[in-house]
Amino acid sequence: MMLRDKKAIIIGDRDGIPGPAIEECVKTAGVQVVFSSTECFV
Amino acid sequence: MYSVLKGASYILAHTPDMVIHNGTTQTTQRTIDPESEYLKNLDKSLRTYEECKAYLPNQTYIGNMTPQELAGYEQPWFLQKSEHTEREGKFGEIMPEDEFIGLIAICDVFDLVKLEVNFANTVRSKLESHSLINPALLKALEKGVALPEVKQLIEDTRVEPLYFNGNIVGCIKAAHDIDQSLSAHVIFENLVSKASCVLSLLHLIGKTEVNAEEIDYVIECSEEACGDMNQRGGGNFAKAASEMAGLVNATGSDVRGFCAGPAHALLHAAALVKSGTFKHVIVAAGGSTAKLGMNGKDHVNKNMPILEDCVAGFAVLISANDGVSPEINSDIVGRHTVGTGSSPQNVISSLTAIPLEKVGLKLSDIDKYSVEMQNPDITKPAGAGNVPEANYKMIGALAAMRKEIEKSQLADFVSEHGLVGWAPTQGHIPSGVPYLGFARQELMDKKLNRVMVIGKGSLFLGRMTNLFDGVSFILQQNSGAGEEKSVSETSVRKLIADSLKDFAKHLQGDEG
Repeated sequence: MMLRDKKAIIIGDRDGIPGPAIEECVKTAGVQVVFSSTECFV
Repeated sequence: MYSVLKGASYILAHTPDMVIHNGTTQTTQRTIDPESEYLKNLDKSLRTYEECKAYLPNQTYIGNMTPQELAGYEQPWFLQKSEHTEREGKFGEIMPEDEFIGLIAICDVFDLVKLEVNFANTVRSKLESHSLINPALLKALEKGVALPEVKQLIEDTRVEPLYFNGNIVGCIKAAHDIDQSLSAHVIFENLVSKASCVLSLLHLIGKTEVNAEEIDYVIECSEEACGDMNQRGGGNFAKAASEMAGLVNATGSDVRGFCAGPAHALLHAAALVKSGTFKHVIVAAGGSTAKLGMNGKDHVNKNMPILEDCVAGFAVLISANDGVSPEINSDIVGRHTVGTGSSPQNVISSLTAIPLEKVGLKLSDIDKYSVEMQNPDITKPAGAGNVPEANYKMIGALAAMRKEIEKSQLADFVSEHGLVGWAPTQGHIPSGVPYLGFARQELMDKKLNRVMVIGKGSLFLGRMTNLFDGVSFILQQNSGAGEEKSVSETSVRKLIADSLKDFAKHLQGDEG
């Protein structure tokens, strides 16, 4: 999937990949992050 | 000299009515869509008290089964029949909801809990036979009110109703007309937390050789906040619960850190005891009603019973070295610092490999890791995976990356150094601490040499920081030095006393 110039809403998982880590990854693909958080489901 | 882990207690209170009325998944759904099928059929998915007691992970939590025995059962465990169905366990008990509501009323010192008179009388007679509840405390249950009065109070929106078997049996009033920090909702959550903490304290004192009067300090580490609008979260649950548990010589304070709270609190306790400030410090926490039925929608969608139907609690006693109990090695402490970062690799390294490396230990030198011991029966159907297993895989992967093990040995590392999860998803409750009771015994039986306890906390949920958090420490077999030193100190004191007596006699002789 081409991510360049796309907007992203990121919901990370506390026991998986946290929001800031996903944010760093997608930024390198040219994505504009409009919202990022990490949530806890346990 | 290191402080020691002198004892641990674990309790559950089966609270199905609180799942319906107080769990945030359900209350949120009621706000969004009160007519939803989920809410309409919720009661059909709730377990009876007998079913709750017969649930393998619950029997493990109170100590009637070991985690190793639990691992011998095929998952999902809710489909398995348990040989154990007892209320009482080696570490604590599973209390039924009516008695727990009675305990909530006992823990209310501001006359905010009103129980219907017949319910109050029934519960009082049940609690009279509870071996750990002081009869003097039962006076709180002599103030029952008529049902019409309870219903009249409930018509007031500032009241939180109390239910048992679907019927209204009382209510909790707000402690202030305007102050949201003292609303009926907050008072309810705080009293539940306090009551489950008190029950944990009572079991700890009842199951250890230390008397209530000997406890110097209590650190409470739940995830609730008590205070008024001018000091929201001012505390102090620790002292409030200690009062109820008869810890007359204790003071205390609250430590917070989301799910990492207990691990932080244990480090505080270990330091207070090691420094000689206090001899006996308890770390304790009650549970949260907010998380009841948190994953209920997924459970119901998969035709499972709602497994998050218990409020939990625990209490741990940290004492001066007795020469026998496992030591808390405070020289090997892992910390997720501000600069650690949020990647899973950095997080787990900061808590495991980095502190171990400093003292020349490898990841495989830890016999067992006590991580986040959430019960996979609860989390897997909800898509949150097997939390303890994910932690062990991460530690194993780190060991492989550091060439301490071969990649092919990863599965063996997980089974050798890991455990299955059995704790309810009550946030701080599953975080590192559920294994302490078992670990104490296994270290004293010389079955293990070292156990690492890891607590991790989701600080970002408070919206004050995006940071993660965590601390870890090591439990190890007692070196025996404690007993030796205490004997040695006693001997020295006796020698000095004898010398002074001789000297005094000598002086008296001279005067004569």
